[in-house]
Amino acid sequence: MSENIFGVILAGGKGTRMGNAERPKQFLEIGGKPIIVHTIEKFAVYPDFEKVIVLCPKAWVEHTKDLIRKNIPMQDRIVVIEGGASRNETLMNAIRYIEENHTLDEDTIIITHDSVRHFVTRRMIEENIEATRKYGACDTVIPATDTIVESCDHQVISQIPDRSTLYQGQTPQSFHALKLKQIYESLTEEEKAILTDACKILVLKGEQVHLVEGDVSNIKITYPADIRIADSLIGGR
Amino acid sequence: MLNKVYQLVRPRQFEIVYKNIELDDSHILVHPTHLSICNADQRYYQGLRAEEVLRKKLPMALIHEAIGEVVYDPTGSFETGAKVVMIPNTPVETDPIVAENYLRSSKFRGSGFDGFMQEFVSMEPDRLVRLPEGINPVVAAFTEIVSVSYHVISRFARFSHERRDTIGVWGDGNLGYITALLLRNRFPDSKIYVFGINEMKLNDFTFVDRTFLVNHVPEDLAIDHAFECVGGGAAPGAINQAIDIIHPEGTIAFMGVSEDLAPLNTRMILEKGIRCYGSSRSGRQDFVDLIELYKSRPEIVNHLEKIVGVQQEVRGIPDMVKAFEMDIHKIMGKTIMEWDQ
Repeated sequence: MSENIFGVILAGGKGTRMGNAERPKQFLEIGGKPIIVHTIEKFAVYPDFEKVIVLCPKAWVEHTKDLIRKNIPMQDRIVVIEGGASRNETLMNAIRYIEENHTLDEDTIIITHDSVRHFVTRRMIEENIEATRKYGACDTVIPATDTIVESCDHQVISQIPDRSTLYQGQTPQSFHALKLKQIYESLTEEEKAILTDACKILVLKGEQVHLVEGDVSNIKITYPADIRIADSLIGGR
Repeated sequence: MLNKVYQLVRPRQFEIVYKNIELDDSHILVHPTHLSICNADQRYYQGLRAEEVLRKKLPMALIHEAIGEVVYDPTGSFETGAKVVMIPNTPVETDPIVAENYLRSSKFRGSGFDGFMQEFVSMEPDRLVRLPEGINPVVAAFTEIVSVSYHVISRFARFSHERRDTIGVWGDGNLGYITALLLRNRFPDSKIYVFGINEMKLNDFTFVDRTFLVNHVPEDLAIDHAFECVGGGAAPGAINQAIDIIHPEGTIAFMGVSEDLAPLNTRMILEKGIRCYGSSRSGRQDFVDLIELYKSRPEIVNHLEKIVGVQQEVRGIPDMVKAFEMDIHKIMGKTIMEWDQ
């Protein structure tokens, strides 16, 4: 175990895009287990984390603890706490937890990950840690395959950027926690409301965010059809 | 936990599938780091096995020669990060007479079930052996094939009569090289002769007493015992040549795998009272003993470095295909995949 590296699993979503599903999508089952359990397991077996912090809606904290108790043997390295009102507020809750219970200094690294990207691999986690140590922050991406069309007025195309320079963002996204906190706290309330992506905050503040190679199968469960796609990737003989 | 597995679904085509690993109290989670391609893998990859065999066994992850790092060990056998060699033979029972590697009930990775082309491998503690500190990982990657040679030579020591003045090894490939090397170590007073077809490859056998091209073997040459490390269609020719020049009551070890039946000069086997036996798999004790040998005789590891061929970093399926294709076209040497998953 390395000191001062934390896994941060963002499970704050309420699943509003999942249609009529009766529960947040991270708690739906794929391959016989809740999605969030698959994701936590991947982080729990990664030896470098001092702690894996899972952040979920208040109403689901105890439920998540129960799931971990039932499914994951190395429970002492996992903690479940309440997320915030937004993605960034949830992130700040994780950093606050580290500050209160561990050490938050210039070397503290957080590897943040969507709970609904359960196909994350060991390699991505490892390369996130390496890139953050080396460059300060990183984002996991894959080259864009679709042509991205920009329309400022939502009526006509304003431009079609060169695809060879475009990537699709995935997670993990990883940061030096103290620096992220300081930069976030320097934002105005308006900026905080607009800047929903932590990498974007750093980029706008002139910080370098390195790219880590993701994977096409590192999909995010967003729509009901994604559950079927994810299920079809699991199994085999 | 979801584990990324790279299965061969049909010849020359790998696909990713995610399989669940139950994190329980008795299995150790290992992250493979270096994988070595064997001819048996190539027979699946190129579709050289019989169609019904391919239909029955695929899809399946290939590779049975690999090392890795312990990621999670609830049994307390290894510390996290310990470097280990993984044993592909997986027995489900014990027998007082039949060794684990010969039990028909044993499963074998990359043959009966998924091999090591996975993000993680879940294994019982007795299927792992700790590697010596500082050992070259690309050599350690093919410990399994060396352990098979080690196993056969241990049996040879049991089965053969004690006149071991001259020992012949047929085959100038990797298996012949490894077997000749281990024989040199185990029987330092014996004369080790290697028989092959490629003079350039035979020149690499610097530690043996003599090498011969199979078509230019002196008429008066005789040996006490033989090891066949040829396999394939050329194996019968090699075995029959060994039968011709071996002294009566000698032993012949069959080590090369052939898809076809081999016509052998059984009349001469009978007349000379030759003892034939064979092996293509090893068990835990062979791994343990071989690792001890690596520790005590580092020059063996150094000699094995000479047969490391291509080293390919593997992050995705195109890299895997590249490694297998380069392995097909190599003249000599083990192809190692540096497994970056």
